Amino acid sequence: MAAHRCSFSAVLFALWGLSLLTVARGQEATLEGNDRTAVVDNPESVAGAAEQAAGQPAAEDRRWEATAVEEVSPTEAGGGSDSPAPKPAASPPSVPRPKDDFQEELVIRPLHSGDIYTSFQFRTLWETDFTRENKVSHYRLFPKSLGQVISKFSVRELHISFTQGYWRTMQWGQPYLPSPPGAELWVWFQDSLTDVDGTWKELTNVLSGIFCASLNFIDSTNTVQPSASFKPLGIGNVTDHRFLRYATLPREIVCTENLTPWKKLLPCGSKAGLAVLLKSEKLFHSSFHSQAVHIRPVCKDDQCKTTSWELRQTLNVVFDLHNSGQGKNEWSLFKMFSRTLTEACPVASSSKIYIDITDNSQGEQFELSPATPLLSQAVVLGDRRTFSVYDLTQQITFGTMRSLNLLIRGKSSQGDMLRPLLHAERYVAGYGLQTGEIHTLMYNNHPYRSFPVLLLDSVPWYLRLYIHTLTVTSKGKDNKPSYIHYQPSKDRVRPHLLEMLVQLPPNSVTEVTLQFERALLKWTEYTPDPNHGFYVGSSVISSLVPSIVAMDTNNSRERPLFSSFFPSKEESSYFVRVYTEPLLVNLPTPDFSMPYNVICLTCTVVAVGYGSLYNLLTRSFQIEEPSPGLAKRIANIIRKMRGVPPL
Amino acid sequence: MGLLSDPNRRRALISLLTRLNTPICGMPVEWLMKTMQAKGLEVFTQRFSRTLPFPDENKERYMVRGTNVYGILRAPRAPRTEALVLSAPCSPGDNNNQAVGLLLGLAEYFRNQIYWAKDIIFLVNEHDLIGMQAWLEGYHHTNTTGMDWSPLQGRGGSIQAALSLELSSDIITSLDLVLEGLNGQLPNLDLANLFYAFCQKIGVLCTIQGKLQRNDWDSVSGYSHAVQTMMLMVMKQASGRPWGDHGLFLRYHIEAATIKGVNSFRQYKTDATTIGRLLEGMYRKLNNLLERLHQSYFFYLMPSLSHFVSIGYYMPAFGLLAVILLLRALDLWVQLSTPPQRTEDGVTDIEPVRGTHFKTVADLLSLLTPLVISHLTGVALYMLPIRFQEMAVEHFPVSETEAVVLTAIAVYTAGLALPHNTHRLLSGEGTEQGWRVLKLVAVLYLAVLLGCTALINFSLGFILALTLVPVAAFVTPHVPKVLSAFILVILSPACTLLFSVFFFQELQEMPISFQDGWLLFLSVISQGILDHSLYGSLVYPLITLLVYPCWLLFWNILFWN
Repeated sequence: MAAHRCSFSAVLFALWGLSLLTVARGQEATLEGNDRTAVVDNPESVAGAAEQAAGQPAAEDRRWEATAVEEVSPTEAGGGSDSPAPKPAASPPSVPRPKDDFQEELVIRPLHSGDIYTSFQFRTLWETDFTRENKVSHYRLFPKSLGQVISKFSVRELHISFTQGYWRTMQWGQPYLPSPPGAELWVWFQDSLTDVDGTWKELTNVLSGIFCASLNFIDSTNTVQPSASFKPLGIGNVTDHRFLRYATLPREIVCTENLTPWKKLLPCGSKAGLAVLLKSEKLFHSSFHSQAVHIRPVCKDDQCKTTSWELRQTLNVVFDLHNSGQGKNEWSLFKMFSRTLTEACPVASSSKIYIDITDNSQGEQFELSPATPLLSQAVVLGDRRTFSVYDLTQQITFGTMRSLNLLIRGKSSQGDMLRPLLHAERYVAGYGLQTGEIHTLMYNNHPYRSFPVLLLDSVPWYLRLYIHTLTVTSKGKDNKPSYIHYQPSKDRVRPHLLEMLVQLPPNSVTEVTLQFERALLKWTEYTPDPNHGFYVGSSVISSLVPSIVAMDTNNSRERPLFSSFFPSKEESSYFVRVYTEPLLVNLPTPDFSMPYNVICLTCTVVAVGYGSLYNLLTRSFQIEEPSPGLAKRIANIIRKMRGVPPL
Repeated sequence: MGLLSDPNRRRALISLLTRLNTPICGMPVEWLMKTMQAKGLEVFTQRFSRTLPFPDENKERYMVRGTNVYGILRAPRAPRTEALVLSAPCSPGDNNNQAVGLLLGLAEYFRNQIYWAKDIIFLVNEHDLIGMQAWLEGYHHTNTTGMDWSPLQGRGGSIQAALSLELSSDIITSLDLVLEGLNGQLPNLDLANLFYAFCQKIGVLCTIQGKLQRNDWDSVSGYSHAVQTMMLMVMKQASGRPWGDHGLFLRYHIEAATIKGVNSFRQYKTDATTIGRLLEGMYRKLNNLLERLHQSYFFYLMPSLSHFVSIGYYMPAFGLLAVILLLRALDLWVQLSTPPQRTEDGVTDIEPVRGTHFKTVADLLSLLTPLVISHLTGVALYMLPIRFQEMAVEHFPVSETEAVVLTAIAVYTAGLALPHNTHRLLSGEGTEQGWRVLKLVAVLYLAVLLGCTALINFSLGFILALTLVPVAAFVTPHVPKVLSAFILVILSPACTLLFSVFFFQELQEMPISFQDGWLLFLSVISQGILDHSLYGSLVYPLITLLVYPCWLLFWNILFWN
C-alpha cells in the first residue's frame, strides 16, 4: 500500500509540476502586460508574482497548492467524502465564492534538538480596495482596526513581529518565519503618499495602541530606509526605498498583553478553531515565542486582474523538552497548550494541522497518534518535507472522543548541533568604555557553492562607527563587498545604516569588523537603568541560499531522471533571512547618585539660607525695653503678691 | 531552593561526585563535552597554547597547551544579550574534581529550571589562569598578551558576573571568598555582600583571607584580628596578581570572585549539596539583576566579611603621607626662588653666577643626567632579565628561572653602584643649587607617581608611600652618609618586597625561616615577571620603570658632591 501511494504521489507531483508550469507561463504573460515590474525572480510562483527576493513565501504558496491537490486524491481513493471547501488558488474561477476567506493551520515540527516547534498561521484574504475614496465600512473577517490603519495611513505592506527569545539556528534549523528578538516593524507606503515620515510616526503610535506595545518609541533615531534588504513581498511595482521604513526595538519585552490584542484580530478570537490552543501561560512557558502580523496585497486569482489584501497572522513557539518533559520525551497538544481541539473555526474555509514527519518515515524517531492517512509534501526552505495532515473541517478527525489530542512519543533526543547552510552571530569585542569593535560572523556551510548575502546593520548614533575600519575577511583574505550603502548617523537624529552585498565563499566564515567609539550622552538621555547597557538591534542577513534539494543531484529518488539534470529554478535556491543576536553595549555612565547627593546638599544649603533670610524678612523687630532695675523688679513681685497691678 | 528537596537529584549529584573522586584531571575533554551535552547544554571548546618567557617553577610549566570546555545553558526566551559565568579550573595534578563535579551537577539542575533570564556559561578551564586568560581573550576577541587561542564558537552576550569555584579537598569545612584581582582590582562590594548573606542564610562558615570573623570588635584581640585580616588584604592587593581565576574577569568590567572550599579541620562539615544551594541562591540573585552591579563600592578594604573600610576612610591616610612630599617640594621651591642668602660672615653658599634659574646648559645637564641614567637603569632592569636568560644559563650553573631572578637582582644592585655623579664630568662640582633642583623634581615625581598608583591600587601606593616618603623627605647630601645609605637601602623597593614576604607569612600565621623567606622572595620576583608577561599585570613595569628610577634619584642626591 505504501509503495503504491508513493508512486501515485510521484505521478501526481509530476502532473502538478506540469500544470504549474503552464499556469506560470500564462501568468508571466499577464504580468508583463499589466505590471511594469522590472525584476521578477520567481516567475513560476503563483501568488507573489512580484517578489524580488522572497522565495520563502512563494514556497509556502506552492505548498498550499501541493496540499490541495494531493490531499483530495487519497481521500477519493479511500472513498471518503471530500469537503467542498473553496481553495483560493486551485478552485476554478467560475465557482461563486465570498469576497473574503479565512484559513488556519498549525505546523508541528519535532526539532533536531528534541524540542517541539509549533507554528500557527492564520490567513485572511479580502478582495477589497482600501485605498479608494469612499471608506470601507463593512468588515466581516478582516479586523476593522487594521483595515482602518491601512486606509488611513496609505499602507501598501505592513510587517510587524514581536519576539521573545532568540531563534537557535544551530539547534533548531531555520524557522518558517524569521524574526529578531524584540519588536520589528517594516512598512511600505503607497507611492502617492507625500509626508512619509509624519505618517510613519502616526502609524507607529496607532500600532502601539493596537498591539499594546511600546512601538511609540520608534522615532527617527531608530528608523532606517534600507535600500536593498527589504523588498515588497506582495504585488506592487514600487521599489523606491523612500516609501519604506524599517525599525526594530530590541528591548521590547513580549508578553500576554501583546498576545491578547493579537488574538482579538482573529475572526474566531480564541473561542474556536486552532486559536483555542493559544493559552498565554503555556505559550510563554517556552524557549521561544514569536508572533507576527503581515499585511500585503496579493493576486486574487491566477490572472492577477484583481488584487486582494492578505492578512497573515503567525505565531511560532518552541517548547522545551527538558523543562516540562520530566525526562519523558512525550508530547501532546494537551501537554503543550493544556487544551485539545474539538472543532475548526466555523468561518474558516480550511483548518489543518501539519506534522513534519520527514525524518520519521518509518517511525524511527517518534510515534504519532492518532494516525492519519493524509500526507502532504512541500518544499520548505529548500528541503522537501513530508507532513501528516489532520483536517479539522472533517468530523472524522476528531474521532469518537470528539476531541483531537495529538500525541507524539519521541524515541531519541539530544542530537549534536546542526550545521545550517547559513547562520550568523555577532558580538562586541574589546574592553573598556572608550572604544569597541563589532564583529559579525557569517557562516556559509555549503560544501561547494558560494552565494551572496545582503547584510543590513542599523547601529544607534551613540556608537560612533569608524567606517574606515570596516573590514570583511573570508578565509583569511580580504573580501571586497560588491555593494555598500552607508548612511552616516547624525547625533540624536538618525542611526547609522550599513548595507553590504558580500559573497560568501563555500565552507567558510566571513567576518565583518567595525570599530566604534562610545559616545557620552547628555544626562537626560540615559535610560532609567543606564548600567544595564544600551541595545543595538540585530543585523539582518538576507540571502538566496542554494537549496538542499538541488544539492543532491546524485539522489534522484521520487523524480524521473529526465527532470533532474539541470537544477530547476524553483528549487535551486531559496530565500533565507537570518537575524543575529542583538548587542548589549555599556556606555560610559556617570554616577547618578552624585546628582542626587548634589541635590540633597543644595537643598540643605538652600533651606538653611532661604529659611534664615525668610525669617529675617518676615519677622517684625521691636525694640526691647531695657530690663527694669532690681528695685523695680522686687517692687513688682511684692505688688503681685498683694494683688496690685505692677508698675 | 530545590536542590536539597528532590532526593533523586541529590542522589544523582552524590553519585556523580563519588565517580569524580577518581582523578579525572588532565582534562578529559571528550568526557566533559559528552556529559555537558547530555545535560542539555550547548558545548564548545577552545584550544590554546602559550610558551612562557621562562619556566614557571612553582607550577612546573613552560610550554602550555590546553583546552577549555564550556557549555552554555540558554535561558528560555532570552535574546542572548547577558550571561553569567560559573567556572572551575581543572588542571593536571590539581585536585579540583569536586568543583568540576559540583559544576556539572549544578548545570543539570539549572537546566531544568525555567526562571533563567540570562544565559549561564559553565566553564572548565585548563591550566587555571592561563586557560582563563585564553578564554576571556577569545570571548572578547582581544589579544593583550600574545597568546595563541582558537576563536570561540558560542557566546552569550555581555557577561554580567562570574564566580570561580575551587574545592581543593573532599572535606570542606568553610568557604573562603577571594576578591583581589589583577592589578589590585576588586569586584563590586555587593558581590561580597551577596556571598555573605547567603552564607548566613544557609549556615555555612565563611571566611575572608582564611580568617573567620570575630564578634568581639571592641576587645584588643578582636581588633588586632581584624587588622590582621585587613593587612592581608592590603598585601594581596598590593601584589597586583590575580589571587584566583576570577581576577582576570575584572579587566573586562565583569564582577567576579573566587569561592574556595577550605578544609580547616573543624568539626563542622559542609557537603557539596550545601555549597550547591549556596551557588544556586547566588546565581538566582545575579540572574535577577536588572543592571550590572554598580550601586556599591569598588574601592574598599575588608577587615572582616561583614565590615569594610571605604575609600573615604583610607584615602586620607595616604593623603597625609603625600602631603609631606608636597610640603617638602614647596619648601624646596621657596628655598630655590629666594635670592641667595648671605651667611653671617658674608660668604655666599652658592656661587652668584649660577643664580636661581637655569641659565646654562650645564645646569640642565646636571639635572637631566641622573634622570636619564636612572631611567636607563630601570629599562635595563625591565628588559635584561628575560633577554639574557639564555646567556646566563650558558655561563652559570643555574636554571632559567634562577637566571632571570638573579639577573634582575644583579641589575638592581648594579644600579646602586653606577657612578651617578656624571654631572661632575660635565660641570665640575655638584652644587647646592643642583641637588635642590634635583630633589624638587624627584619629590614631585614621587608624589605624582604615588598618587596615581594609589588611585589604581591603593595598597601598593600606600606601601610604597610608607617606605619611600620618609626617605624622600629627609635625604640630603649633608646627612651622615653610611647610616643614611643603610636606611635608604633598607627602604628601597626590593627590600620592601623582602620584608613584605616575611610580613605576609607572619600574617598568615605561617612564619618561615630566613632561608625559606629568601627562596620565597626569589620566587615572588619570578612570579611578578610572569604575571606581567602572562596576564598583563602592571606591578613589575611600574616598579622597574618608574619607582626604582625614582628611588635612584634619592640615592643620587645622597651621594651628591
